Amino acid sequence: MADAKEKTLSLQGIGASPGIAVGKAYLLERDDLDVIEKRSIRPEEIGAEISRFKQAVQKAQKNLRQIIEDVPEEYRDHVYILDSHMMLLKDRMIYDGTIEQIKNKRLNAERALKMAVDKVRAVFRSMPDQYFRDRGSDIVHASKLILENLLGTEPQKISDIDKRVIIVAHDLSPAETTQIQLEKVKAFVTDRGSHTSHTGIMARSLEIPAVLGLTDATRLIHTDDLVIVDGSAGTVIVNPNDQIITRYSERKALLEEFQAKVTRTSHLPAETTDGHCLTVAANIEQLEEVVSVMDHGGDGIGLYRTEFLYLNRPDLPSEQDLFDNYRDLVEIMGARQVTIRTLDIGGDKFATSVSWGEEINPALGFRAIRFCLQSPEIFKTQLRAILRAAYFGNMRVMFPMISQVEEIIQAKQMLREAAESLDKAGLPFEGDIEIGAMIEVPSAVFMADILAEEVDFFSIGTNDLIQYSMAIDRVNKHVSQLYQPLHPAVLRMIHRVVQAAKAAEIQVALCGEMAGDLINVPVLLGLELDAISMNPISIPGVKNLVRTLSFEESKRLVQSVLKQATASGVLALIQEAYGTSFETAALFQPRGK
Amino acid sequence: MKMSRRVTIPNELGLHARAAAKIVSLAEQARSQVFIIKDGQEADATSILDIMALYCPCGTEVTVRIADAADVKTLKRIARLIEAGFGEL
Repeated sequence: MADAKEKTLSLQGIGASPGIAVGKAYLLERDDLDVIEKRSIRPEEIGAEISRFKQAVQKAQKNLRQIIEDVPEEYRDHVYILDSHMMLLKDRMIYDGTIEQIKNKRLNAERALKMAVDKVRAVFRSMPDQYFRDRGSDIVHASKLILENLLGTEPQKISDIDKRVIIVAHDLSPAETTQIQLEKVKAFVTDRGSHTSHTGIMARSLEIPAVLGLTDATRLIHTDDLVIVDGSAGTVIVNPNDQIITRYSERKALLEEFQAKVTRTSHLPAETTDGHCLTVAANIEQLEEVVSVMDHGGDGIGLYRTEFLYLNRPDLPSEQDLFDNYRDLVEIMGARQVTIRTLDIGGDKFATSVSWGEEINPALGFRAIRFCLQSPEIFKTQLRAILRAAYFGNMRVMFPMISQVEEIIQAKQMLREAAESLDKAGLPFEGDIEIGAMIEVPSAVFMADILAEEVDFFSIGTNDLIQYSMAIDRVNKHVSQLYQPLHPAVLRMIHRVVQAAKAAEIQVALCGEMAGDLINVPVLLGLELDAISMNPISIPGVKNLVRTLSFEESKRLVQSVLKQATASGVLALIQEAYGTSFETAALFQPRGK
Repeated sequence: MKMSRRVTIPNELGLHARAAAKIVSLAEQARSQVFIIKDGQEADATSILDIMALYCPCGTEVTVRIADAADVKTLKRIARLIEAGFGEL
């Protein structure tokens, strides 16, 4: 095998973090619970098999204790998860369950462990509550630690990697990511995961290229294979020939040169050739990302997703937790505006701390403002924290998933009550905060003129708006190609909302992922949005492009675009108008889902 | 001597992982077996999975039962822990 010339393979996945890396692969073994050998043992072997299992558990406990001790200070939040894994290792349902299987079914320890784990997973999988259902994966991660010791495979010590490599994994668990020395990682490649998975978010904030969701990368790539990772295009090339390596090296150089150029000017406003300024702001979901916003020259925060503090924890965050977080954010941003979105839990996200019944159709279900209005305690805690933080900076608030005007009226009433309670308590707060509605449900598009009377601004959330209006589930592979931000139906809706906002003289912004894709920018400019917001790393490229465009010209483009019948018709018009002028730049922008 | 106590889960999140873990650490100090019982279904109070598998959201009535009168202190402690909502109220 060593002398055979390896075949070049090209794999397509999700470009979760842009950039190009060329290097040697380092394969992290996948969890092999599903391919465990089944072997019958003789009655006289039972005792030995049981003690082999017990030793494996002891070793697993020792390994895990070591991992916990080695967790660096900044990742302490993950330790709670690892502590519960510690408890799972010696849990009766797994421990005694495995021993029972060895005794009664005369199975080898590996298979017995799998049977015990499967049994427990089945119990959890059938529970009506998402939080409980998700515990299934914790059980798998914990049992994997035992399995490694049973199989005698040395658990891979990610911390021992001594050269810079491209990490190839099935999926990365929190226990694994906390052990990786990130300065050793050139890129991430995984079978599972998406744009919003833990690995994707981490890679983007550290600016490490990542291609996720490749399905069988761990089967096709071997340790020490030469690999090219193009996190912009979502491509991974295994065993490239010299020609391909040269091509990518050139692209990498071009990319770095381009990035250096746009980064130098990114803190300047995005002013068109005819003097119109478009606000280009950032979408973030964690306070830590604010560093990236500053580095990339964001004009503000157009969307602060506030779910993160509620996820991955068994209890709810306190008003003080939330206030501290929001206050830090507005203080760092200073004069630049921060738009905070109230809790948008449900749908494709999940809450571990808030439980409700199973939903057949969560995207249309009990979530966002609907959930908040029904949970006044949770909602008011957040509203109080927002009002208190707004006192320390430039912050405005918006409500997600508004589908009818009563929701805005009720939310404003709760905001008033929150303000009154703060007033009574004598705490400092901003009583005159700007209030906005997210426009992401088709009914809100058609009622925009009515909604506009109740709010100070609109923010069009195109991710959900496209999904709801075109009836396309973004995560369903079979229909996701129908998800077209440039479809005339989508552009007409945006146009309608902007016109309603202009008539009522309120601000209108757009905060979907389409804002970060350069091909869409001339149309968004011409639609006369006041602001667009996106992933921080997309900002320099978008600002750079806006500076080459004419506002008047883009408005004319929109007039003809709105008359098109298809998305491809719109695309053709854009390409005709702007040709290849931004194709180079577009190559290096991160792609959406 | 009372060998069991009936309590209602008062906290919003119900018997979730961290709450179950707190019960386990108390039950582990008992001399004999301790059970959490819901609708006749018994869970071993030293097993975090067993407890969670009972699936007890907020408002569920459960019985805490000890097998040995010597563990009455453990019984009291667990009942008090649950009644106090695991410190989350």
